[in-house]
Amino acid sequence: MSDQLRSLVDHPVFVYLTDGRTLVGQLMGYDQAANVILGKTHERIFSSTEGMKSVAIGVYVIRGETIALIGELDEELDDQADYDEMKVEPLDPVML
Amino acid sequence: MTGNIGGLPPFLTLVGQPVTVELKNDLAITGVLVSVDQFLNIKLDNIKVVDEERYPHMLAVKNCFIRGSVVRYVQLPAPSVDTALLQDAARRERQQPATGARK
Repeated sequence: MSDQLRSLVDHPVFVYLTDGRTLVGQLMGYDQAANVILGKTHERIFSSTEGMKSVAIGVYVIRGETIALIGELDEELDDQADYDEMKVEPLDPVML
Repeated sequence: MTGNIGGLPPFLTLVGQPVTVELKNDLAITGVLVSVDQFLNIKLDNIKVVDEERYPHMLAVKNCFIRGSVVRYVQLPAPSVDTALLQDAARRERQQPATGARK
């Protein structure tokens, strides 16, 4: 598992939590349990009535159990995306 | 961990193939299988979320690591799986489980 996350260290990542929340930040570290340290973290809050809102929340240590998915954020695509106009329901939580 | 790791070998032969991972909350993601580990954590490249219009949240994500605990199904391309071989292996595994293998 350490190999799987190693390639993402120091990269901007998108983290999808089991409670449905979506965070973006810089992957600073991880361990065998996929516990993760995320720097420059922003929570992306989606709503079906308003555009996406991004809230800065600093450095986070996230317990691996609560992580559903970690994706490498392609900054070019991210810049091109029109999040202000993105009116969608937040992602569903994952029932474990 | 040595020997047969909870059925991992079949997955190892699928690295490089397109698969669709369905999560327990119904979200499905298609991508090329990059790696699998003992917990069935999955790494995918070139991902596309199934039903992209409903889930544009991840359009800037091209490859991802999915935690095994949230996976419901992994859909495999039928030609890639030798079901006869798997059935044989499963039958043998039942009769003689490798030490330390999970049920």
